[in-house]
Amino acid sequence: MNKKIIATTSLAGCFGCHMSILDIDERILDLIELVEFDKSPIDDIKKFSRPVDIGIIEGGCCNSENVEILRYFRENCNILVSLGECAIMGGLPAMRNGIPIEECLREAYIDGVTVGENTEKIIPNDKELPILLDKVYPCHEVVKIDYYLPGCPPRADLIWNALYALITGNEMDLPYEVIKFD
Amino acid sequence: MNQQVKIRIDGQEIITERGKTIVEAARENGVFIPTLCNMPGVKPKGACRICTIKINHRMMTSCTTPVADGMDIENNTDELNDIRKSIIELLFVSGNHFCPACEKSGNCELQALAYRFKMMVPRYPYDFPRKEVDSSSPKIIKEQNRCIACQRCMKTIVDEDGRHFFAYEDRGKDLRVVLDPILGKEITDELAKKAMENCPVGSIIYKELGFHEPIGTRKYDKEPIGSKIES
Repeated sequence: MNKKIIATTSLAGCFGCHMSILDIDERILDLIELVEFDKSPIDDIKKFSRPVDIGIIEGGCCNSENVEILRYFRENCNILVSLGECAIMGGLPAMRNGIPIEECLREAYIDGVTVGENTEKIIPNDKELPILLDKVYPCHEVVKIDYYLPGCPPRADLIWNALYALITGNEMDLPYEVIKFD
Repeated sequence: MNQQVKIRIDGQEIITERGKTIVEAARENGVFIPTLCNMPGVKPKGACRICTIKINHRMMTSCTTPVADGMDIENNTDELNDIRKSIIELLFVSGNHFCPACEKSGNCELQALAYRFKMMVPRYPYDFPRKEVDSSSPKIIKEQNRCIACQRCMKTIVDEDGRHFFAYEDRGKDLRVVLDPILGKEITDELAKKAMENCPVGSIIYKELGFHEPIGTRKYDKEPIGSKIES
């Protein structure tokens, strides 16, 4: 059997979901028998080198770079999976949604009680920086997503069961205990 | 007059008493009908519609409908479960339900219903409304981001003089359940804890106590909501 190609990325996430992938423990040895990783922070490959079977997205879209990478994944991946609460509903970064962007930036860089040495009162605006979006968007509101694995982080058993089913083409067996939102 | 009535729920015959609601009769006979705004001991009002069933092919709320002889009820069908799931999804997208950062996570009825109906993602777009948090009371926090306006606190949190601690404010899309600013300062420890317990979501939080139950030991970590009724 040809090995399936997997790619992963972390958009507006905390890498907790990637840590949870590693939490499958010794089953990672079974996983490397079944898959090869392409673009992913795990192997530090920056660009897709071939068509990918399964793309795993952690985190929602909070800036222009996130949107670009998400669209890049959609173009190159056969199946796209939203992994974790942030990818599914924006998660904690989305707590800023509903608050005007200017108010958020002022709080972070000028008015906040923990702001230290910003005597010139500058809000970072270098053109190299990705532009913040008006709010944090769940991935499926930007591109089509095929599967959703909730959790913060998703339980390792959920990731393993779902991934194994996608790789082998079997039906997903997701018991009650593994589908959690926290 | 004969007090006994015979009804059928999903083909299962149930003998119950006149005057009971369908939810009560089902609960006593091991049949789970999901509820959210309804709670035992409180006059039902059929607000959330999660308990929607089909009686003789017509949709009704089972918490407000009394049993009648010969009722043929559909409950656990794909059609009804999908309608219930869509109501849960609407509640999730219309508020700001950040489960990972909520003190009630694991003990939340809305979340537990989402687990039971296997909600992986809501089919509706998220609204992300801007809501206020009222922490003026020394005992409780009223978190409007999570409120589903079910009125359970309004009906059950009453002191011995009959004063209600929670009430509606405004109308229409601005409607919200608020804590009385004066009574809120005098709320007893006992009532504050009861308010948090009676809230089906994490909108009423007892202060200075959060995340004290480890993951895995909370109410809905291992067992789906309603499994006690069904066992």
